[in-house]
Amino acid sequence: MTAAVMDLVALATEPEGLLPARQQMALSLGWHIILACFGVAFPAMIFVMHLRGIRRDDPVALGLAQRWAKTSAVLFAIGAVSGTVLSFEMGLLWPGLMGTFGDVLGLPFAFEGLSFFVEAIFLGIYLYGWGRMPPRRHLLMVVPMALAGVVGTFCVISVNAWMNVPAGFRIVDGEVVDINPWRAMFNDLAVLQFLHMWIAAYMVVGFAAAGVYAAGMLRGRRDRHHRLGFVVPFVFATVAAVVQPFVGHLLGGNLGDRQPAKLAAFELAETTESPSPLRIGGIYVDGEVKGALDIPYLGSLIAQNSFTKPVRGLDTIPADEHPPINITHWAFQTMVGIGMLLMLGVLVFWFFRWRGRDLLEHQWFLRCCVAAGPLAVIALEAGWVATEVGRQPWIVYGILRTRDAVGDYSADLWWLLGSTAVVYTLLTVGAVVVLRSMTRRWRAGEAGEEDLPSPYGPHSRLVDAGEAGR
Amino acid sequence: MTLEVAVASALFVGVVAYAVFGGADFGSGFFDLTAGGARRGAEVRTLVDHSIGPVWEANHVWLIYVLVMWWTGFPESFAAAMTTLILPLLLALLGIVLRGASFAFRKYSATMGQARLFGVVFAASSVITPFFLGTVAGGIASGRVPAEGHGDLWTSWLNPTSLFGGAIAVGTCAFLAGTFLTADAQRAGRRRLADRLRVRSIAVGVVTGVVVFAALVPLQRDAPTLSEGLEGRAAVLIVASALAGAATLVLLFRRRYVAARVTAFGAVAAVITGWGVAQYPWMLVDEVTIAEAAGAPATLQALLITTGLAVVLVLPALVYLFRLTQSQEWSRH
Repeated sequence: MTAAVMDLVALATEPEGLLPARQQMALSLGWHIILACFGVAFPAMIFVMHLRGIRRDDPVALGLAQRWAKTSAVLFAIGAVSGTVLSFEMGLLWPGLMGTFGDVLGLPFAFEGLSFFVEAIFLGIYLYGWGRMPPRRHLLMVVPMALAGVVGTFCVISVNAWMNVPAGFRIVDGEVVDINPWRAMFNDLAVLQFLHMWIAAYMVVGFAAAGVYAAGMLRGRRDRHHRLGFVVPFVFATVAAVVQPFVGHLLGGNLGDRQPAKLAAFELAETTESPSPLRIGGIYVDGEVKGALDIPYLGSLIAQNSFTKPVRGLDTIPADEHPPINITHWAFQTMVGIGMLLMLGVLVFWFFRWRGRDLLEHQWFLRCCVAAGPLAVIALEAGWVATEVGRQPWIVYGILRTRDAVGDYSADLWWLLGSTAVVYTLLTVGAVVVLRSMTRRWRAGEAGEEDLPSPYGPHSRLVDAGEAGR
Repeated sequence: MTLEVAVASALFVGVVAYAVFGGADFGSGFFDLTAGGARRGAEVRTLVDHSIGPVWEANHVWLIYVLVMWWTGFPESFAAAMTTLILPLLLALLGIVLRGASFAFRKYSATMGQARLFGVVFAASSVITPFFLGTVAGGIASGRVPAEGHGDLWTSWLNPTSLFGGAIAVGTCAFLAGTFLTADAQRAGRRRLADRLRVRSIAVGVVTGVVVFAALVPLQRDAPTLSEGLEGRAAVLIVASALAGAATLVLLFRRRYVAARVTAFGAVAAVITGWGVAQYPWMLVDEVTIAEAAGAPATLQALLITTGLAVVLVLPALVYLFRLTQSQEWSRH
């Protein structure tokens, strides 16, 4: 912890507006990314559930799909506005990035805008289409929504990948020339980084949704509704959790050539060692690593796919190009650790299932399932911290430093961060309160009579009560 | 038409679309706010909820479209405007966040108390947000955003043009919403509600019209370049807007709500387009022209491809959504 504080103090000698701007971006991105996961992964789960409901004429599945749709109405709304916050912040906080490279990196954002359009349109149709459209056509409305979510993910991640491996331009005498926005969009890292995030979205939503029904089972609600509500997201989460470590490994493949400082920070390699150990835990103080658990060979093996090839040490990289090392290292290992744990967890479940034992009968397993959702979110956040903090001090790797991209603001920017924290806290509380009261009402309302009357007045409550059962 | 002007036009189409569609959603906050207590206002609020519920997120994307086209097509002017107008932009952003979130929260709140709280936040932020966006437009149109950015944090948006811009934005949003909601109420068979909304829409329309034309006077001194354009090249559009606005009032008065919606749409679209035409060829008035602000040609071409894709992929879907929401099945509450 003290080491993390020291990292921050070191940064405080930068322009006054830099640290608050970075924290502001971290807060708004970190908050939005959770909702973005729901935007990406939830439609596919809703589709499967809804399809099952229609195909097998299964009222339980249909009921679940409808509830998920309503949940997504709330989540997508706050996701849409928190995404807008990011659009504004790109320009407000980082004029040096957007002013100089806007026409290099902007194209994927334009495509993302299109996908967001498609997603929002079909979301509106799907949410309000219950009972107002032929069932099959209604179900089909989820498809463009789900596809647009995937395309949108690719586009946004492509920009982030570009920040790691800038492409599609040259710099001549300080001027950005030969701009090729397509090359920037389809940069070398875009596909792998997209896969990593796309799968992460399924982990987050799959484990979180399954966890909700696991919590219900823990309280003794062991009906079909809960089993089905658990299994569908859990299957999605399983596939994602098993694939993710491999995709992550591929993504990290040539990190040592691409961003040696980031890899050195991930691996806490203070010097170049051949073979490099895998260093678990530990902190980096004054050029030395303390308190780490070293496993020989494994560092080289994992990071470089070799028994001997070393991880380049931090001492070979100028100190002013070091990222905040401890934050990067711990965030990376948190992500990997949780990722492995989740993979193990799902494998254990399916193994026992294959051997004819159902772990859902066991309280301890259900408790793990409840914890898996928040754990997946922590892994997601840690992953973003690792890659973003690990790219520092660059905003465009090797080209533009973050401190040169930030707007010329004073320390007053901390006020913005403070206000944003307050607003986001209130939004979080609001969302939790509303979602909880929805589930409470759903539980209370038996036999399909679970839809809301118009909540705007006692009068209309009575008027609408008769029409509410749609 | 040069490449950069083509992209700037595509961008401005987004501004007009956001002003009209997004504006109508924001404007409904005015009617929500003034609907009265929980009992008396329930009918209006239910109508507002039903009218904008399926479409507000799609309409909101026009704003994202505008931002993205701007920063990709004309990056330096975007950075200049953002760093200068940071305060009204942040306030508008706060309004956007609170509006969207509390709208969704209100729909699913558990108690009257919750619904009231979220409802007030939704309605108030809906009314206020267009004001700040209007001041941003005024700051750009009156030449207060320097090319290199970081202009005056306060006078860039607290000036006559911006304040009139803000007032006009609030007024046009409410006017649009009024005509749309009146038509929706009638289609849903709620004649008494439609009558109530009709009177208010006419009042809002008269006030807004007066403000728009009153603004032309101070604009002559405060924003000479814009004013010259408004009285010259864009005069046709301003006159057209006045005629369409007047026609809307007459149509509302005669209870021809569907036609009134069309003319209201036309009036607002014309006045916004008038602003764009009047400030041509400036991107940031008196500072940077569209041609000077333009980014790399390859990127501008790519943006036009994106716009083409939007026309093919997004427009039909958007039309489908609007047609559904206007259909009989969807008008039942």
